[in-house]
Amino acid sequence: MPKTMKPVDAVLIGVGWTGGILARELTKAGLNVVGLERGDFRNTNPDFLTPGVHDELAYAVRNKLFQNPARDALSFRNNVRETALPIRQFGSFLPGDGLGGAGVHWNGLTWRFLENEFKLRSNSIAKYGAAVLGEDCTTADWGVSYQDLEPHYDRFEYLCGISGKAGNLNGKKIAGGNVFEGPRKRDYPNPPLKHSYSQELFRKGMNEIGLHPFISPSANNSQPYKNPEGVQMGACAYCGFCERFTCEMSAKGSLQTTLLPVLLKEPKFELRTNSHVLRINVDSTGKKATGVTYLDPSGQEVIQPANMVFLTAFSLNNVHLLLLSKIGQPYDPATGQGVIGKNYTYQTGTQATLFYEGKNFNQYMGAGSLSMGIDDYNGDNFDHSGLDFIGGGVISQSTGSARPIQYHPVPKGTPRWGAAWKAAAAKYYNSSMGWGAQGSVQAYRGNYLDLDPTYTNEHGQPLMRMTFDWGKHERKYSDWLIGKYEAMVKPLNPQSYVLSALSEHYSIVPYQSTHNTGGAIMGTDPSKSAVNTYMQVWDCPNVFSMGASAFPQNAGYNPTGTVGALAYRTAEAVTQRYIKNPGLLT
Amino acid sequence: MPPMEMAANTPQPGGMAPLGNEPEAYTYFTEPEATFIEAAVERLIPTDANGPGARSAGVAFFIDQQLVGAFGTAAKMYRNGPWGTAPTPMQGYQLRQTPAELYRQGIAATQAYCNKTYQSGFAALTAAQQDDVLKGLDGGTIKFDDLPAKVFFEMLLQNTVEGFFSDPLYGGNRDKVGWKLVGFPGVAAFYANKITDYNKPYNVPPVSIADVQQGRPVAEGHELMHHMAMENAKALDKVNQ
Repeated sequence: MPKTMKPVDAVLIGVGWTGGILARELTKAGLNVVGLERGDFRNTNPDFLTPGVHDELAYAVRNKLFQNPARDALSFRNNVRETALPIRQFGSFLPGDGLGGAGVHWNGLTWRFLENEFKLRSNSIAKYGAAVLGEDCTTADWGVSYQDLEPHYDRFEYLCGISGKAGNLNGKKIAGGNVFEGPRKRDYPNPPLKHSYSQELFRKGMNEIGLHPFISPSANNSQPYKNPEGVQMGACAYCGFCERFTCEMSAKGSLQTTLLPVLLKEPKFELRTNSHVLRINVDSTGKKATGVTYLDPSGQEVIQPANMVFLTAFSLNNVHLLLLSKIGQPYDPATGQGVIGKNYTYQTGTQATLFYEGKNFNQYMGAGSLSMGIDDYNGDNFDHSGLDFIGGGVISQSTGSARPIQYHPVPKGTPRWGAAWKAAAAKYYNSSMGWGAQGSVQAYRGNYLDLDPTYTNEHGQPLMRMTFDWGKHERKYSDWLIGKYEAMVKPLNPQSYVLSALSEHYSIVPYQSTHNTGGAIMGTDPSKSAVNTYMQVWDCPNVFSMGASAFPQNAGYNPTGTVGALAYRTAEAVTQRYIKNPGLLT
Repeated sequence: MPPMEMAANTPQPGGMAPLGNEPEAYTYFTEPEATFIEAAVERLIPTDANGPGARSAGVAFFIDQQLVGAFGTAAKMYRNGPWGTAPTPMQGYQLRQTPAELYRQGIAATQAYCNKTYQSGFAALTAAQQDDVLKGLDGGTIKFDDLPAKVFFEMLLQNTVEGFFSDPLYGGNRDKVGWKLVGFPGVAAFYANKITDYNKPYNVPPVSIADVQQGRPVAEGHELMHHMAMENAKALDKVNQ
């Protein structure tokens, strides 16, 4: 018989960004909360300190901070006609592991999605006609508006101390900020980061051709910052070990740097690490969760009863747990019926690398989210008439990840090894720069998540199966963007350059992005979405499924700002309304 | 901020003598395998006018150490069958072999090819012949019966680059020759005062993890991250307690 713990008001499955925000807000409202984190406890001092954390091989190449596929992986295929095979080594995306989750090893780019994004389906049809979407496109409206989320975006930005410059303050456009952003009520809490030489060249060049460059909003703090929780953070050292690494300066927004000091003092919050949730338990009606069953550090099953269950794990793991717990109807691509696993989406990459003679870009200096962006080719910021695709992506000239195992660009035609490769790697390591677009991905009927029929994890549970490939919108956008890149290269006048469009098919091998979105999407129709706009599972309203798994499709931005805003919006609704009157929130 | 300079004889944790003087020894590769790998990595990154190549950088020893550890034994790989009979390239590595096993079988198959084609083992071939063999593995013109030659080559190339550019603590990048080749300053990495030195070269002797841990001095002006991070963490711990 598994041990049964004392019942609590709420149990959190995973303690990263969304778990931390909910733990703080729910305990402030007087609730008793238990946070179950499958990975290790870790904190800045001593776990994130130099010099050991500046180890490219261990962290960036051998995946020190990421989920271990030997314990739990996914299987993958491009389409339903193929047999899915297990992802034996993570490559394309890198789910986090341990306290703070992927919010420890992220870069820190913190966006608000564009106003248009939240009504993407209806706006696109109204403006370009229904045919633009294509028959199999299941892209949807979110059910919330930018205006609904504005105060919650603000809270998340002030929690982290985002460094940036407003481009739209209460409707007033401000040059030097992102003039395409939705109106914000106040500016960012910290000034922008200093920018690098390549970013200065990029800024000037893009201005010359009439685009609108701006310093991207960053959770790498430009100066020491005390957040509204009273937690003091450090200033960024521009050390160049950010994405895939920790932060030794407490300058990168994370659970550890923004909320953990408060939570560790909170008597109503109990954190249990090395505790892996196997399933959410439901009562005989199947419509109400009673708590969770988890493995304690020694592998013994433990039942934690709770009035509310919050799925606060990584997006893919939220969907996996809903499927394993048989909560909600699994999606079936053959019929289009069912909701759990539906609308799995991702992110595209379209890259440019420019090579110069004798310049010193020193790209190893910088920060994870030190980026000069342009948003002219994102969302509906440009006219899509006649283009036969919707969406777009932010383009970033980023500086600060030029560590030599993974970064040693060479011009087109250079051999992959030997003396010529060595000479080119030496010559261009410091004399190259580039940019990339982070493209939106639309939802399609055939891209989804379900349980694998063959492969199992270390607990004997089915792996989650990912069926995914690029669709019309992604391919056409990337091809169109390459033409724009040619024009963007010109004012920068490099010796040579390489442009790379989207791969023919999505592959799990090369790293692309850990922006795995959808699978338990939000909406206003229970037959088409898994959760309502307060993240409540329609079929089991005391289960809240948080995070990017709720995105109906993925925008052309990094997801974390929106993940944080949705968490604050849910926390507000739960503490102000749900706990007085449990049930579906409207 | 003043540069951090520590004396070379700064006591280390536990008061040990300076590390890094132990003789290196192969633990996974047999003698013929080690000879093969030393020769192969030297063709992938050769010694030339640009500086030392992979052989003298210790890359073969680096790979040997990787193969007896978590990487070689596939500690972070999903290892359950069934093994796909016709994986697509998009599905990634689907061999039953661990990386260590792949090396053993890949080296044997390449040696067999060399013996058949040149009546000589790989290490005894001329540099041009060695390049031809490596190009054959890379380009798919050399095929093995029960092992994809290309997968073996890709792993060898990837591990060679890793061994040339990783922190010297792993046995490769000896004397930081990889970092010196490209101009990577290593792990000290405090650039808040340097990021706006536009188009200025930043040529400093690179700093490794062991240099910091063992208190070796760094170049004038190369600000040492470690000290600042420690001070910062202590100060924040006090404030946030």
